[in-house]
Amino acid sequence: MVADPVPLQLAAELFPNGISRYAIGGLFVGLGAAVIYVGTGISAGASTFLESTLSYVSGQSRFQQYVASRDWRIVFTLGIILGAAVYAVVYQGGAWTTDVSWWRLLLGGVFVGIGTRVGKGCTSGHGVCGVGSASKTSIAGVLAFLLVAILTAQIVAALGVTP
Amino acid sequence: MTGSSDRHPLFIPLVLVGGLIFGFGLGYSHMARPEVVLNFLQFEDFGLLFVMFGGAAVTGVVFFVMPHVLDRAPLTGDRFERRLKSFDRNVLVGGAVFGVGWGLSGICPGAAYASLGIGNVTILWALAGMFLGAYLQGWWRSRAADSVDPAPTGAD
Repeated sequence: MVADPVPLQLAAELFPNGISRYAIGGLFVGLGAAVIYVGTGISAGASTFLESTLSYVSGQSRFQQYVASRDWRIVFTLGIILGAAVYAVVYQGGAWTTDVSWWRLLLGGVFVGIGTRVGKGCTSGHGVCGVGSASKTSIAGVLAFLLVAILTAQIVAALGVTP
Repeated sequence: MTGSSDRHPLFIPLVLVGGLIFGFGLGYSHMARPEVVLNFLQFEDFGLLFVMFGGAAVTGVVFFVMPHVLDRAPLTGDRFERRLKSFDRNVLVGGAVFGVGWGLSGICPGAAYASLGIGNVTILWALAGMFLGAYLQGWWRSRAADSVDPAPTGAD
């Protein structure tokens, strides 16, 4: 059987690293959220950890609403770190570090920290759990951050900022 | 609801296992690498779509099926309801601010924790920024809320 070369070439251009690592990784991300949901009824997102952990050190009224969930959110986050470490040991063969400049990480982090809390969710809360529950709010949130992120990344690249 | 007083002894272990699988997926998908996210946003590799929609496909099935299988979650006694977040202007404004940060750095909260797990200590810059940003919005919104309601509920 001869494969049609046009779709193959298109796939090579759109997916230079193939799709299996992304699809398998995505299934595990969804499975992790699903395990917590099946046991607890909670649809967990990763960004509330920021506010809930701040409630340990800040008395601001905004953070106090997360006092009841702050301990399990720390456990969830430790699980994420450990799970990624398992990947690193088994498949990555050691530590990996980014080449993206520190100021981009810091400044981008501030925007992410403000935006995810004002916008009620992040890529996992809105993107995986919210879209998974067909929430119109989450779909709107995902579209908003996806479009602005694409625009931002294109502008940053056009300005010649690397890496 | 999820307070610690009447919590099932397996609650915390289950959350840990869920987090482990979640974080392993973020590592395996390479989403824990900012470069991979930036390549996606610059249209050089569309594979990341499979991470988000692959994850949403799994949660979608489970969120749909569970209410038909069980009345209440075994470890909390909570109903399997869709806890939907209300839509208002904040969702779009916050989403746009998040988008600027994501596009600039290639990092979002879950992927940042996972990045620490794959040995990327440089990511501490992003984590510091996220806590700073979350604190700034909390400080600002607490002030706004306290000036509307002069009796704050939190201990200050």
